[in-house]
Amino acid sequence: MKTDTLLKFTFWRVIAVVIIVAGIVSTYYRFTKGLGATTNLSDAVPWGFWIGFDFLGVGLAAAGFTIAATVHIFNIHRFEPIVRPAILTAFIGYSLVIGLLVVDLGRPENFWHPLVMWNIHSVMFEITWCIICYTTVLILEFAPVVLEKFNLKAPVKLLKKISIPIVIAGVLFSTLHQSSFGSLYLIVPGRLHQLWYSSLLPVHFYISCIAAGLSMIIFESYLNTRAFNTGLRLKILSKLSVVVVIVLVVEFLLKITDLLLSGKFNYLVTSSMETSLFYLEIIVGTIMPVIILGSKKNRENKSWLFIASVCVICGFILNRMNVSITGMVSSSGVNYFPSFDEISITFMLVVFAMIAFRLVVQYFPVFTYSEEKVIEENGIAETKKLITGE
Amino acid sequence: MLKPKGLLFDVTLCIGCGACYDGCKQKNNLPKTNQNFLSDHLSANTFTVVEQYGNNYARKLCMHCDEPSCVSVCPVGAFSKSKTGAVLYDGNKCIGCRYCMQACPHKVPRYEWGKTQPRVRKCNMCDDRIKDGKITACAEACPTEATLYGDMDKLIEIAKKRIKENKRNYYPHIYGLHEAGGSHVLILSPVPFEQLGYTPNLPKEPMPMLTMRAMEKIPPVVGVGGIFLGGMYWLTKRKNQIAKEENESIKDLEKHEN
Repeated sequence: MKTDTLLKFTFWRVIAVVIIVAGIVSTYYRFTKGLGATTNLSDAVPWGFWIGFDFLGVGLAAAGFTIAATVHIFNIHRFEPIVRPAILTAFIGYSLVIGLLVVDLGRPENFWHPLVMWNIHSVMFEITWCIICYTTVLILEFAPVVLEKFNLKAPVKLLKKISIPIVIAGVLFSTLHQSSFGSLYLIVPGRLHQLWYSSLLPVHFYISCIAAGLSMIIFESYLNTRAFNTGLRLKILSKLSVVVVIVLVVEFLLKITDLLLSGKFNYLVTSSMETSLFYLEIIVGTIMPVIILGSKKNRENKSWLFIASVCVICGFILNRMNVSITGMVSSSGVNYFPSFDEISITFMLVVFAMIAFRLVVQYFPVFTYSEEKVIEENGIAETKKLITGE
Repeated sequence: MLKPKGLLFDVTLCIGCGACYDGCKQKNNLPKTNQNFLSDHLSANTFTVVEQYGNNYARKLCMHCDEPSCVSVCPVGAFSKSKTGAVLYDGNKCIGCRYCMQACPHKVPRYEWGKTQPRVRKCNMCDDRIKDGKITACAEACPTEATLYGDMDKLIEIAKKRIKENKRNYYPHIYGLHEAGGSHVLILSPVPFEQLGYTPNLPKEPMPMLTMRAMEKIPPVVGVGGIFLGGMYWLTKRKNQIAKEENESIKDLEKHEN
């Protein structure tokens, strides 16, 4: 048994080291040789895998604001145990995205320009500011966990006092930029395939990130229980999955109504790569998880919960990749596939994110409620301590 | 006061000599990019091209939109609209996000992919020459007046007159007059424009409006959202407190009864 785990960890560690070394070499080339030599981006495809991946990082981190709002604004305290993992996920997700953005920028040394050179008409400008502000919010929301560990009481007290305005600001910043990722594409009606282009793109992006973010929490909790035996209570996760189903159904109905009302039914019945990808996205990301989670028995089964969350996440990844890459292929006339360097730098950052998550979870009280610990559903006194948890 | 200026390109007059292509290269100190200018395409070192479609030649260059997508999408305002009508780019501001390239309805901006400090490159309608009282290098080089430089209102007048007086030779449309909200480059052609590689079916509305409709919802979302969240916090907290107090008073009552 023990050798088993050892072997497994060693195997994954070797993989991680290989990915990191490859990533570092690619990063070196990216900065010394330029984007042209290291990526498959071109004048016809100015945005590629990296932008698509930024969407994933931010979208999958969406639980950070939904859970914070549920617990601290709507005072539904039974979800309290998820707050810390959600905020940590969000913070790591955003750090990854910021790292990748810097690599992707043609002039990374000018990354600070949006702070002083303003163009308030630009969606990109708004997103930049929201990401900076929200990352600050996340730091403030997670700070108590770190401060507590080192027994610093005064700053924790101060943070507790301003926690509600912080959470509200976080929800607003998130709402804005999660939807604005969709708004980025509003100005390219001629380029993005009609199955994805819609004047409601920001709304679609917003709703879908909620389901994906919550699924990410289920996914992480499952893995964490396996690794450290300190995951979340099944009861909470199955309640979370109900929310996921509701959000998925709402998004599905909205998407279909939107397509039909804007007269795009013909795209659903023509055979093309885009149509197949659209169906794949709907089947994997919406229909399968709704069927699985539709039954109460499955919702109370760890493995099914896990499988359903993987489905939602895969569907979400497909959707964002379709909007950012495959949906643009036919108009650009170029078949784009990310280069080795694009992929290896991204994978390196993902491995860094996973290591960071693991280390923080191991050394800081993130999953603070184990299976046996029970908290009172309406117990204010016990759970009033907001972000700081225990 | 400078009147808004522009270019009128008339396909029926173009003989495909490439003088505009050479003139542009020379003016902007651009290196040679192709043995045959007719098979060249827009790039970081080529701001205008002449393309051959059968017997017709079509110029491609920045259209200098009235309400340019690039100006609206750039997060740092590296693009601006000059008084002359030209759309200008400031490489010192640029962070290299390439949203301009993604957003341009005419797919014009090009990038210096090979450099470690790349810039976006495109035609700037010889803004420096114009401010010196000259005309653009391409218009100056053109031997047949296929490319005309002048005040926008005069160019529109000329274009309308040509179509009206010579219905047989022209496809009855001035490309650029309304495309993507109108631009400072106007094109006349004997055949439908998509046959010459110009982007068809662009909306008449300026492209930035598509974004503005979403952006203008931000203030209400923030305002209403903020009030809603604050209100919900207060309400749910109060509700929980009352529930707790009731619970306690019931317990108290039970104690008394016992």
